[in-house]
Amino acid sequence: MNLTLKVWRQKNRNAPGHLAEYEARDIPVDASFLEMLDIVNERLIEKGEDPIAFDHDCREGICGMCSLTINGKPHGGKGGVTSCQLHMREFEDGQTIVIEPFRARAFPVAKDLAVDRSAFDRIIQGGGYISVRTGSAPEANAAPIAKDVADRAFAAAACIGCGACVAACKNASAMLFVAAKVTHLNSVPQGRPERDRRALGMVRAMDEAGFGNCTNQYECVAACPKQIPAEAIARLNRDFARASLKETLAG
Amino acid sequence: MTSIPRQSDTPDARIPSGPLASKWSRHKMDSRLINPANRRRYHVIVVGSGLAGAAAAASLSEQGYKVSCFCYQDSPRRAHSIAAQGGINAAKNYQNDGDSVHRLFYDTIKGGDFRAREANVYRLAEVSANIIDQCVAQGVPFAREYGGLLANRSFGGAQVSRTFYAAGQTGQQLLLGAYQALEKEIAAGGVKMFPRTEMLDLVVVDGHAKGIITRNMVTGELAAHAGDAVLLATGGYGNVFFLSTNAMGCNVTATWRAHKRGALFANPCYTQIHPTCIPVAGSYQSKLTLMSESLRNDGRVWVPKRKEDCGKPASEIPEEDRDYYLERKYPSFGNLAPRDISSRAAKEVCDEGRGVGPGGLGVYLDFADAIKRLGEPAIRERYGNLFQIYHEITGEDAYRQPMRIFPAVHYTMGGLWVDYNLMSNVPGLHVLGEANFSDHGANRLGASALMQGLADGYFVVPATLPNYLATQKPGAVTTGHAAFADVLREVDDRVSRLLAVNGKRTVTSFHRELGLLMWDRCGMARSREGLQDAIAKIRALRDEFWRDVKVPGTGAEFNQQLEMAGRVADFLEFGELMCLDALEREESCGGHFRVEHQTGEGEALRHDDDYSYVAAWEFTGDVTRPRLCKEWLAYEEVHFATRSYK
Ligand code: FES
Repeated sequence: MNLTLKVWRQKNRNAPGHLAEYEARDIPVDASFLEMLDIVNERLIEKGEDPIAFDHDCREGICGMCSLTINGKPHGGKGGVTSCQLHMREFEDGQTIVIEPFRARAFPVAKDLAVDRSAFDRIIQGGGYISVRTGSAPEANAAPIAKDVADRAFAAAACIGCGACVAACKNASAMLFVAAKVTHLNSVPQGRPERDRRALGMVRAMDEAGFGNCTNQYECVAACPKQIPAEAIARLNRDFARASLKETLAG
Repeated sequence: MTSIPRQSDTPDARIPSGPLASKWSRHKMDSRLINPANRRRYHVIVVGSGLAGAAAAASLSEQGYKVSCFCYQDSPRRAHSIAAQGGINAAKNYQNDGDSVHRLFYDTIKGGDFRAREANVYRLAEVSANIIDQCVAQGVPFAREYGGLLANRSFGGAQVSRTFYAAGQTGQQLLLGAYQALEKEIAAGGVKMFPRTEMLDLVVVDGHAKGIITRNMVTGELAAHAGDAVLLATGGYGNVFFLSTNAMGCNVTATWRAHKRGALFANPCYTQIHPTCIPVAGSYQSKLTLMSESLRNDGRVWVPKRKEDCGKPASEIPEEDRDYYLERKYPSFGNLAPRDISSRAAKEVCDEGRGVGPGGLGVYLDFADAIKRLGEPAIRERYGNLFQIYHEITGEDAYRQPMRIFPAVHYTMGGLWVDYNLMSNVPGLHVLGEANFSDHGANRLGASALMQGLADGYFVVPATLPNYLATQKPGAVTTGHAAFADVLREVDDRVSRLLAVNGKRTVTSFHRELGLLMWDRCGMARSREGLQDAIAKIRALRDEFWRDVKVPGTGAEFNQQLEMAGRVADFLEFGELMCLDALEREESCGGHFRVEHQTGEGEALRHDDDYSYVAAWEFTGDVTRPRLCKEWLAYEEVHFATRSYK
């Protein structure tokens, strides 16, 4: 198949960027989207041009490294998949495809389509963990967890930290990312002792990192490749409100 | 047969004396300790942030050491451990089905085809239960039963159910647990994290590993880092085959550079070809995707009995015309035969012309019976995400028609040689997880990689590292030492040389050519002629690379082609050592199958008298002439047996 690509090119964080146009000819329909970019890059290199930088690693939808906004939608908008899991059979011959990085104030561009998402790591540092020292754990089966609770925690824990939620949100909020981790850790008994600290710490870290506010539009939920449910946000709001109240009462 | 003690010419493996079952506790008792107040003065460099690296960095920081951790990804959470699907073994015996530390130990030794070090494997089985406790305490959402207790499943090569799992995302959940522990320590100030930073060389000072040279992948800046010890947890070298289930960035550079600075590389020819991957679809393909082996619990593997039927849709082939070859050849393990055996069996039926799908390079994995027996919802609950991945890639619905699978490179058992403390022959250089050679022998059992990575990171190295550190004055070596400037200059030269070739061929074209050659000659079946030929071709390809590779851009910028070029240059050297190791090992064992050494029935034929050793290769200054050192394996507890899964 033949395609026209309009790709965001930006040399580094401080350089201005622009959309450049490329013809992608004879692309196999069974190739993945990233393999299509590989083919385009091989040809650019052969012509002596600078290949397009984009992030990727596992290429199977689990590491969260790939981060393309395709025709205005993070990960292409197909739902339930990452950019690396998209295949060219989803596109039409002759189509024009606009490829941009995940855009957010908190995700500065490193080069072309690759962005810096270390703000997510800083949010986790705000409380996205359980403080347990290696070696101090009790016997694993000492605390049974009802299957539905465990399943709910698992569904939230499926987040791959890709940032599509932020890129999809008009305010570039990281609410769904934070909510997924808070829901995961606050639902299991091991995470209970720190649940207030966690909700407060992670939300504050999110604000400090420069993410926007959540206005409950749920574009994030639609864009999430792991289908983290909107209930997670409700849970985060609840846990945050309770923790803030307790904090206020405690003076 | 019993083992014949022979003189090893590798360094002392420092295996503690005494009975196998008490070696680890005795060793911990005998190990040196460092006073809590002094730990802060020691700086430990950890390269890699997967299960082994993140677990070690977090645990050492908790103990009070100052840690720097490096990874090439944009966040430590993305290390390739995240992609492991199936599960993690532990000898908890929650199923009351006769499991024990000893049984897990024995299964691992046997699964490794009697080519692993007994004491290390026993310790692995011993700490396996602590890993599960640790992960549950971190909030890892393992699968549970209705009673709220942890669920288990069975895996290839075992007759007990000892695998803990989190749907098909076990690696992800375990890694996130370790990552969160790491971020906790970063927040506490104990660990400094360097993402998008690649280690390009090891710095050895007076024979001791005292630092690394890195490249900042965003700015291109080269930097020197000094530490009191260096821990490599940089994963395996499966990408030497170009196509593998490894993430695109996985590479041999850190371990290969360490090798060229003196570390012995052990058993490089032991590579694992995983039986259940999605077959190759075209020449543009960049990587292969694994379908977890856990699928073999409920899926049945078959091909048509007759070649003529291979073109027909599966539904048109009646039961009596199907060959469930694993069930036929290995009745007691059936579809759960170990990985090396299942992979080779698939190759055999495809070689006979009975493969299915494009190019005849595939076999069926059929869930029709399981769906009939358990219902579609049960199968969906167990494997839903895997069926979805399969659908994304192939466009086929595995609930309605059988999956097509084919073996692909998945894991590498070889790695840097380490002693019982996980220290290499270069003092101070410790090697963890897939990057070392230590626990899986010639073949790794399913659900054992996660176990080993976490065992090394959470429990082994935190206990053994003080043995080395206690002999060192903290902070004695700084980057001001001349060795750092020397190595930095060498790294800088190499980067410049890669950029200066300015030839015509892309880096990927070289990598792909090397990969095809390795797969063909050093893959599922190896022969003397094939390996000799491969070595000659690799040398020629390496020369061509340095004459004709085209690396665009400069060194002082975000340059993914330059990153790849450095890695492929190392693969082009390493591939030769792999072939040489395979050539030298005149036997078949585990993942290493030499066509000259097989039984009349085509099963692997080991030669314990001559080859029950670890092949540890020393760099002599010339990549074409490494020196072979042998660590003879002395088995105290187990007796050599022919591995039978019939
Ligand atoms: S590359 Fe890992 S999720 Fe896309």
